[in-house]
Amino acid sequence: MENTNEMVLEFDSRSQNEGFVRVAVAAFATQLNPTLEEVADLKTAVSEAVTNVVIHAYREKTGKVRIECCVRGKEMTVTVIDYGVGIENIEKAMEPLYTTRPELDRSGMGFAFMEAFMDELEVESRPGNGTIVRMKKKFGCGQSPFA
Amino acid sequence: MKGSVQVKNQSLIIHVPKELDHHSALPIRQQADDIMRHQNIREVVMDFSGTDFMDSSGIGMMMGRYRAVQRNGGHMRAEHVNDRVKKILDMAGIGKLIEISRA
Repeated sequence: MENTNEMVLEFDSRSQNEGFVRVAVAAFATQLNPTLEEVADLKTAVSEAVTNVVIHAYREKTGKVRIECCVRGKEMTVTVIDYGVGIENIEKAMEPLYTTRPELDRSGMGFAFMEAFMDELEVESRPGNGTIVRMKKKFGCGQSPFA
Repeated sequence: MKGSVQVKNQSLIIHVPKELDHHSALPIRQQADDIMRHQNIREVVMDFSGTDFMDSSGIGMMMGRYRAVQRNGGHMRAEHVNDRVKKILDMAGIGKLIEISRA
């Protein structure tokens, strides 16, 4: 049987939590002996997902964000859950450079970065109920500085 | 390190914070726009010497300032860019618009 290790974080959708959360998820990933580049990729992907929740899911309101991390073998799954407005058109939202909030200097690159830095990305959403972003990454393809 | 903004001649120098994300980009954006509204800025310099994290919110912040300085006939450049920041800038294709230097 494969070993699994799980961790859950729940926090308010405030922008000052973006930094703490990506560092917490990266710290949980150190058990996989990641390379510095893998850690940086994971932090960026988590930052994108959490920022989306802060800006789009809850807009001017504050709601709860839940992050579930599961390590199984060499793979880590990060699931980011919110209970916000949801995404009307996921396909459109995932198009590079598409943004609903250009007035806030959004680049429209969030989902593209999540896709680029993780191995798998899955988005489920119900307008009015919230969104689930599930990302997977396999570690140990390079040399680890922690080994 | 928190970011800061400084004007030298007609250059606006943005000392990018250690981590450039949505949270840290907000105050920089406000300070930069405030200066650019009142002064004739012909160049925006993004100084990344103290930066080791950046995400797409940083790209958005840069693009907004790039457009503002361009409207004024100026340009933007990024300096002291490390491997990680370079990777993010390259992925966003920003090298086509601004000069990026490692030093």
